[in-house]
Amino acid sequence: MRKNSPAVSILFWILISLVTLFPIYWMFVVSAKSRVELFGKPNFIIRSFFSENYINTLTNPTFQKYMINSLIVATANSLLVTVLALLATYSVSRYKLAGKENIYFWTITNRMAPPAVFLLPLFLLYTRTFSIGSWKLYDTRIGLILLYCVFNLPFAIWTMRGIIDAIPKELDEAAMVDGANTWQVLTKIIIPVAKPGIAVTAILTWVFAWNEYLFAATLTSVHARTITTGLAEFVTVTGTNWGQMAATATLTLLPAFIFIGLAQRHIVAGLTFGAVKE
Amino acid sequence: MRSQAVGWLLLAPTLLVLAVFGLGPFIYVLITGFTDWNAFAADPTARFAGVQNYRHLVFDAQFLYSLWLTLGFAFFAVASELILGYFLAQLFMHDFPLKGFFRTIHTLPLMVAPIAVGATWRLLTVPGLGPIPYYLDKWFGIDYRLGSFADQAFYTTVLMDVWHWTPLVTLTLLAGLVSLPREPFEQAQIDGANRFQIFWHVTLPLLMPVILATVFIRVMDALRTVDEVWMLTGGGPAAATRYVGLYIWRVVFPKTDYGYGSAMSLLTLYLTIVMCWLLYAALVSRREKPKAE
Repeated sequence: MRKNSPAVSILFWILISLVTLFPIYWMFVVSAKSRVELFGKPNFIIRSFFSENYINTLTNPTFQKYMINSLIVATANSLLVTVLALLATYSVSRYKLAGKENIYFWTITNRMAPPAVFLLPLFLLYTRTFSIGSWKLYDTRIGLILLYCVFNLPFAIWTMRGIIDAIPKELDEAAMVDGANTWQVLTKIIIPVAKPGIAVTAILTWVFAWNEYLFAATLTSVHARTITTGLAEFVTVTGTNWGQMAATATLTLLPAFIFIGLAQRHIVAGLTFGAVKE
Repeated sequence: MRSQAVGWLLLAPTLLVLAVFGLGPFIYVLITGFTDWNAFAADPTARFAGVQNYRHLVFDAQFLYSLWLTLGFAFFAVASELILGYFLAQLFMHDFPLKGFFRTIHTLPLMVAPIAVGATWRLLTVPGLGPIPYYLDKWFGIDYRLGSFADQAFYTTVLMDVWHWTPLVTLTLLAGLVSLPREPFEQAQIDGANRFQIFWHVTLPLLMPVILATVFIRVMDALRTVDEVWMLTGGGPAAATRYVGLYIWRVVFPKTDYGYGSAMSLLTLYLTIVMCWLLYAALVSRREKPKAE
């Protein structure tokens, strides 16, 4: 096939990378400038870092609460999903259960449906049906943690299936002959062998939960709001403090940037339900 | 050796969570779609109303317009991503220094929260602040205002989606290209085929299953886009970018017309399933074809 010289390829990719990075860079530029500096001709260079946008955001008690909520929801959801998915995938991979492949396929349909479709029924269920006395699932962190399982569990199961299927059955069967129970097989054999794959699944699950907006905006009001809803409020409620909005947006995508280095190779497999492996 | 009971026990918590929070809302919306239920009406309880909601729905011009817009958005976005993604995947087929580094940068947008994508693009396009309106005006004399011009708003949302999701297409097509057998290409070259002939008669048919799978996943995601468009345009100007998810969330939802909203949700779900099923059927028939020949 055709041969491009490396120089042309590199030049081209520098161009593509600039296009990719520019919106993110511009957001950072806006976040590092005062209101006055932002008017007039766009200036792409940060001469002095205007830290007030970040300080204002980080010291705002409402924002702190949103950030803590996001951290709790994403972490708890990631842990819950990883444990449940590990058990479920092990079961689907190893046990002869009637209709298990149908169940396996059914799980993914939960992720395919457009979330907007379920806003109305979920809102009604959360405010009316799922309640004990005056306590409602609406506007609670546990409500979000459980709900995010609907799209994260199928993802985790579908990514872990390949990993656990790849572990030789003989390995855990040998352990069972030696008298190990299911719990011991899982903790002594499956988890140690599948550790890297489980870690990547947990990381991506965490990012998906952290990034979620639509459900968080609809099913919370005061107590359980997350950072993504906080970001949206800058536009709809507080008007247009662009610098502070940019600072909030930068803080929102910070974890993704940290994790991308750890999970980069597996993101595509994750986003395509494990259909495409690299 | 392995007891069935233990297998089900391991699966039980997952099935329970998915049944309550996945299947539950679905059954709920299925039932309420057949009721007349408005929380602000004189009678705020649900009454059975047959298919009345659906009868209204098929003549609801606003809803149909929003569906039409969503399809247009999905079409333009996915088509551009496919062409651009294929081109970029081909570029990744060659070896060059720093390839891994460029790949990581290219993957970056995939991990950004959709709401933050909307925020970054808003900062780019806001008049008086963003560089896009400034330079379009200065260099080309184009009056660029998302809040005023419907077609500009529409194509900007498409462009934003292209920025956000082309990397996924690039990387799936790249994975497909890497796994293709080498012999057909060598044979075609020996036969003296030119570059376009190789693309059309060799690459495209061989890559078709991967292309269709990519389209399947991308169309599914494009049809449910809400967050970033809400952040960028708020669905406006007027209803120019009010895609169906936004419509349900921002227009139907606050009206507390639960029966009608449920019917609309269900119809949207049904249409999404039909579209995805058609793509999936195309995908499966493609995969089975070589066996029949």
